[in-house]
Amino acid sequence: MNTVFKKSTTGREGVWPAKPEKTAADLLPKELLRGKSAGLPSLSELDVARHFTGLSKLNYGVDGNFYPLGSCTMKYNPKFAETVAAMPGFTRLHPVLPQLKGAGRLCQGALEVMYETEQLLCELCGMKAFTLHPMAGAHGELTGVMIIAAYHKDKGNKKTKIIVPDSAHGTNPASAHIAGFEVVNLPSKDGIVDPDELAKVLDDDVAGMMMTCPNTLGLFEKNLPKIVEMLRSVDALLYYDGANLNAIMGKMRVGDAGFDVVHLNLHKTFATPHGGGGPGAGPVGVSERLVPYLPISRVEKLEDGQFYLNYDFPKSIGYVAPFYGNFGVVLKAYAYILRLGKAGLIRATENAVLAANYLRKRLDKVLEVPFDRVCMHEFVASACNMSECHVRALDIAKALLDKGYHAPTIYFPLIVKEALMFEPTETESLDTLDQFADDLIAILAEAKKDPAFVTGAPRTLPVSRLDETRAARNMELTDDL
Amino acid sequence: MPYVPHTPEDIRRMLDVIGAPSVASLFDEISPAMRPKSFDLPEGKSEMDVLAHMEALAKKNVCGQVSFLGAGFYDHHIPAAVDALSMRSEFYTAYTPYQPEASQGTLQAIFEYQTAVTRLTGLPYANASVYDGGTALFEAAMMAVRHTGRRKLVVCEAVSPIYRVMLGSYTSNLHLELVTIAHKNGVCDLAALTKAIDGDTAAVIVQNPNFFGTIADFSALFDTARAAGVVSVISVYPVLQSVLKSPGEMGADVAVAEGQSLGLPLSFGGPYLGIMTCNKALVRQMPGRMVGRTVDGEGRTGYVLTLQAREQHIRRQKATSNICSNQALCALRALMHLCLLGQEGLTRTAETCMERAHYASERLTAIDGVAMLSGSAPFGNEFAITLPVNAYQVIDKLTARGYVPGFPLGRYYAGLENALLVACTEKTSMEQIGIFAEMLRGTL
Repeated sequence: MNTVFKKSTTGREGVWPAKPEKTAADLLPKELLRGKSAGLPSLSELDVARHFTGLSKLNYGVDGNFYPLGSCTMKYNPKFAETVAAMPGFTRLHPVLPQLKGAGRLCQGALEVMYETEQLLCELCGMKAFTLHPMAGAHGELTGVMIIAAYHKDKGNKKTKIIVPDSAHGTNPASAHIAGFEVVNLPSKDGIVDPDELAKVLDDDVAGMMMTCPNTLGLFEKNLPKIVEMLRSVDALLYYDGANLNAIMGKMRVGDAGFDVVHLNLHKTFATPHGGGGPGAGPVGVSERLVPYLPISRVEKLEDGQFYLNYDFPKSIGYVAPFYGNFGVVLKAYAYILRLGKAGLIRATENAVLAANYLRKRLDKVLEVPFDRVCMHEFVASACNMSECHVRALDIAKALLDKGYHAPTIYFPLIVKEALMFEPTETESLDTLDQFADDLIAILAEAKKDPAFVTGAPRTLPVSRLDETRAARNMELTDDL
Repeated sequence: MPYVPHTPEDIRRMLDVIGAPSVASLFDEISPAMRPKSFDLPEGKSEMDVLAHMEALAKKNVCGQVSFLGAGFYDHHIPAAVDALSMRSEFYTAYTPYQPEASQGTLQAIFEYQTAVTRLTGLPYANASVYDGGTALFEAAMMAVRHTGRRKLVVCEAVSPIYRVMLGSYTSNLHLELVTIAHKNGVCDLAALTKAIDGDTAAVIVQNPNFFGTIADFSALFDTARAAGVVSVISVYPVLQSVLKSPGEMGADVAVAEGQSLGLPLSFGGPYLGIMTCNKALVRQMPGRMVGRTVDGEGRTGYVLTLQAREQHIRRQKATSNICSNQALCALRALMHLCLLGQEGLTRTAETCMERAHYASERLTAIDGVAMLSGSAPFGNEFAITLPVNAYQVIDKLTARGYVPGFPLGRYYAGLENALLVACTEKTSMEQIGIFAEMLRGTL
């Protein structure tokens, strides 16, 4: 499809405000004005509607397609949460209002939502306090590691290293690095963290360790109690990557298990559609000893029931966001938690784990499953068994697209060759899981007979495989290059 | 149970295939010692009851005021079509376009977004967005640090204080030197900024219009920076970029912006949109996702995520940033907003905001004791006035009467306790400005 800029027709009227009496040239000296027009397009509203409706039809989304993208928790997100986030009583609120002293009374409802959400997340995770400010999972990681740094600095500890297991999300080592730490890579053993390996890298310079549990192989870290004990012995803090929280709600609480910091991906577990890659929200919870270092502001409740923002935390790491995080996403998470309640959240976790194990058993005869034991909410298979017919994980992914499914996550985690990572989530019915397994089994059987069937996929989509090398070489990143 | 479709019969069949006696047994690896000590959450509610509860909370917010609040975040009209089109589930319920053949809609939209924002800033390259204008400014500073190998950042005090606090927080553990150059009555001190640049400087960071609303031409400053091997970073307000001299025309290396004013509601602080654009020399330092155009095996045009060797999922700790997601849906809304307004619509919006702000400044400074903080310095949609009393006093009194008069500059600037920052948008009427002026006169 042509780009929207190619569809521009000079003189066509869009959604224009009335023409003002004065122009920029009447109000400002000429040297402050643009010489050349920005060249935004001229389009009618229908032009725009047709263009974007056309583009939307080129996408797969959860509402239209099963989307077992591992590590991303692509569950169905109920629509009422969108109704909540779109309520004018919330969308029209200017974020500086509560900073205008007396004007805090103008946004009591919003402050109450923030306060209550923090309370619910504290109980859900067993943490002492939460901040809602981080605007995505990786942003939560950065915030969490900054809190770890502030803790050690305050105690006078000279700590320079963060340990990250090799199964971790790539954001973990990147966040630790951006926060100023040296990253120590920890190899896994039998898919999980091994205390003996940990002992080899653990010393007094270690500020903390970042763990995902269940980890990115979908496996529960059974040695957790031992790991907690080892880290405590050198005053190192334990960080929990909550990307996989959907696997443990009501089954384990991060705080009870000995973690000091956790970030949650609200968009994964709590009802925010992923929007093609954001926005999300990445609240951070901490244990009691880290509360003084949380970002400011913090929402508090007065004895008379009024809510206000407290900026007076001298040990705080400061601002990580301009205001209070992605409030629109927090609203959806709050409403979703109220809707499901205690039993509903536990049921979500149980059925997510049930669905993952069911799919694992349906597929473990046709694909290798390197750690073929009970998994949590996701599992990792390997396409290595297809290598004799020169079929790779990528080819299987593309063949699934032809069948109307989004592909699983491929080539992640890095420690499994030809990885295919499946996360079916609790919202997919048994019929969908069965149809998907049947179709995948048929694809693999066909691939063994005729590898070209998959190596030439996809055939039914708007484009076939794209030349990524050319894209990187030509760097055509806009319509003007 | 809502949103979980498995019937008891389904669950039995699934457990049979798994070979597990019960759902509970799937969690056996979590030892009793690790089980929750408490899980005291409320019981679930019906959809109707949750909506009623949320309506009641929304009503506790007072939204009917006439507001002159800006401070970098503005209440613009959003065309209805932005909501209708961006809510299409094919956009809304998709994720990161890791499978490009099934994500051409998202990818082409990001490519078009990149095109639109580069046209606004006049710099040739853009990423697919970051979280907000503040994180964009921090990421721009880090691009400069990596590019130059230097560790000093020269920052104008008239850059949003909110962003400067963020910059201070993020760099606190990174052994960088932040040098802040004082503003002069809300105007950037170009001479002092120029003087502060030296061979150790990674970046000089300015904002246009600055936090006080005044507008400047930074061309000479950026010339000096270039000669000293210093990266010029500028934060801009995208609506006014339809008319103001662009960062590209001034010779900036990196231009960033808060994109909230392009189709995103104020929504109490987020989600917003961090716009980032740069020149060719810095493109490989750019954080986050970028979309490029290419072809498929049959020669058909298509779009992919590109230059991914910069990113954390490949490079881990050696990545340019830890950022994983972008604000794709917000970027999509910004693109739709720009397409619906077009060049003419955005220009009219900018000129209307400026016209209203200039009228407001005339009306307010006609009151005894009220003056422009920045004298006759050029300004656009926002300006600072000095009052004979503390600004909070005026805010308290007028807010009680349904008018939020602006932002108290003393909140971030010592010595400016009597100064008020006043913004207008195309939604501000001339009549409201008149009432505001009369109320202020009556208060003083």
